[in-house]
Amino acid sequence: MLWDALTLQLGYNATLVTIGACFLGVAAGVTGTFLYLRKRALVSDAISHATLPGVGLAFILMVMLGGDGRNLPILLLGSAVSAGLGLLCVNWLTRNTRLAEDAAIGAVLSVFFGFGIVLLTVIQTMSAGRAAGLEGFLLGSTAGMLWNDAVVIAVGGAATLALVLMLRRPMGLVAFDPEFAASSGVNVARIDLSIMGLAMAVTVVGLKIVGLILIVAMLIIPPVTARFWTDRTDRVALISGLCGGAAAWIGAALSATAPALPTGPIIVLVSFAMFAISMFLAPNRGVLAAVLRHGRFQRRVHMRQGLLALAQGQPIYENYTLRLLRKAGLAHPDGVATEAGKARAAKALRDEKRWELVRADQAFESAAALYDGLREIETVLTADQIAEIDTRIGGPRGMTA
Amino acid sequence: MSGAEFVPLSLTPMLIGIFAAVACALPGNFLVLRKQALIGDAISHVVLPGIVVAFLVTGAVSAWPMMIGAALASVVAVVLIEAVRRLGRIEPGAAMGLTFTAMFAAGVLLLEQSDTSAVHLDVEHALYGNLESLIWLDAVGWESLLDPIALAGLPVELIRIAVTLMAVCAFTWLFWRPLKLSTFDEGFAQTLGMRTGWIGLALVIVAAIAAVAAFDAVGSIIVIAMFICPPAAARLMTNQLEVQIVWSVVFAFLSAVLGYVLAGYGPLWLGHDNAVSAAGMIATVSGMILALAALFAPCRKRAGAPAH
Repeated sequence: MLWDALTLQLGYNATLVTIGACFLGVAAGVTGTFLYLRKRALVSDAISHATLPGVGLAFILMVMLGGDGRNLPILLLGSAVSAGLGLLCVNWLTRNTRLAEDAAIGAVLSVFFGFGIVLLTVIQTMSAGRAAGLEGFLLGSTAGMLWNDAVVIAVGGAATLALVLMLRRPMGLVAFDPEFAASSGVNVARIDLSIMGLAMAVTVVGLKIVGLILIVAMLIIPPVTARFWTDRTDRVALISGLCGGAAAWIGAALSATAPALPTGPIIVLVSFAMFAISMFLAPNRGVLAAVLRHGRFQRRVHMRQGLLALAQGQPIYENYTLRLLRKAGLAHPDGVATEAGKARAAKALRDEKRWELVRADQAFESAAALYDGLREIETVLTADQIAEIDTRIGGPRGMTA
Repeated sequence: MSGAEFVPLSLTPMLIGIFAAVACALPGNFLVLRKQALIGDAISHVVLPGIVVAFLVTGAVSAWPMMIGAALASVVAVVLIEAVRRLGRIEPGAAMGLTFTAMFAAGVLLLEQSDTSAVHLDVEHALYGNLESLIWLDAVGWESLLDPIALAGLPVELIRIAVTLMAVCAFTWLFWRPLKLSTFDEGFAQTLGMRTGWIGLALVIVAAIAAVAAFDAVGSIIVIAMFICPPAAARLMTNQLEVQIVWSVVFAFLSAVLGYVLAGYGPLWLGHDNAVSAAGMIATVSGMILALAALFAPCRKRAGAPAH
């Protein structure tokens, strides 16, 4: 069943929804990347909530002009206008008053959304225009998706994607270093506005499928997921687009397999699952990698301290150190060094002395900067340099009577 | 308008609206100053999974389990946001957006999966609330305010939100000094031996309680608006925290009263005969107050900002 859905064998509507959602996912993932790198991910929350009054007003206008009121392109146009207005309000409040951006975002999203709800209640009391479907914009409704709707979504998504590709250089520049971008002639305010504008376009396009509350998730979660896997902007955008597309595809397919599985929430949850997996398993930035790294570091510290203790004939009380030394065959269970252990301990002690000289000598300043108490001295100095230091330390000497 | 009409139909919803607005605006002041304004947004979204889970566990639409579920969900959300932020080293805004949308999606999914068609529990209700329906049927006029039998029939939401408001006031009053200090100068508060981490968490929990109680009566949209708009407008009026709090309470009160009146009677004045959503109207009015403050308030500019 799921396989049928994934391979688009589950009927016309399911196929339409799956493909539309996938387009949307890719566009949202790529666009969201720049929003996230600019550290303004939650602006999308304000944008998406600000679409509601536009939808309502467009509907009322169409009905007053004698139309049907459910013409998707015009509803989307209305939502784009009010979302743009909301975006400008956020920018204006942040720039011209002392309010921080988060307060501006919260104010705009709640007020626009509240006004949208007022309009929705007005529409409910209007007898004309078949208002029943408008609540669908809150959480998305894919059940009655038409070919035309899918085309609108696909074209909108593709256009957004093309714009992102064109603007990706300046947007990346502004995201990482706005001052440098400004000094090299990029109009930072305009690029910022276009990042937000693109996010707005994705929001508007996505209203039909996932609804205005959950489109935020499609803009935020894939970039965060992608960021775990790479440190390069282009690749973050690419992986994020892939994640967004895959989550949308799988989510839409899953929701087509059973009746009570709404598309939007399922897509978001699939996306979140991908994020959770990435957070734990990603190499380098993932939690598991960090835990392993920490364990390795801890082992090295214990080993080093244990060897130094052996060399100086001090007893080892720390169980973990003793266990490590015993496992490496360097110490007996009672804490006495084996032959191999004595050799390693002597080496460790000598290295410590070598480092001491290196750090005291201005000539070795760059090498001394690498000292962290664990680094093998051979990785920093050449054999000749070590030999030279050894002559300064001198060999073992006997007692002079 | 006569008391016989006003008291049963409008007095209680209006009072509930006012209490909810003030209860949210009080902690909102500190959240706005701490640049955590969107915590209110996050909380009001995660309330949904909380009440759905509470409904699934108890199998009934009863207030207390749902409030407990919602409060637990907001604590879970706060912990999860913090965990994601630290474990993944993700900026706070993205961590928040990611967590609350995922939890909200889970809530919607649970709601669709469970058989709630028989009970009044749906996403729209969660968003707008049903302020208009909280009427006081036992009242016959102003004299009912002194009539114990009629008073026993007050909507239970009114009692709950009143108790919550008192708790929020008590918290703000009791912890005034630590709250103020840790909000403006966390380092200094720490040198005085205050546990600023715990104070921050307590503030969020109080905000969550206010949100949940208000949510029960008026829906989540008003909650976000009241957390942010009145305090933000008050912030533009003054440079003193005490004065700011007074302004925010005044603004919250005004939004609730004006919003309710406009929603209930505005359409009548315009010649329509159906009221519009009171929750939405209250949010709209609070936004207008903020807009006016942003345009004309005395302290609207950043200190030290160049004059244009």
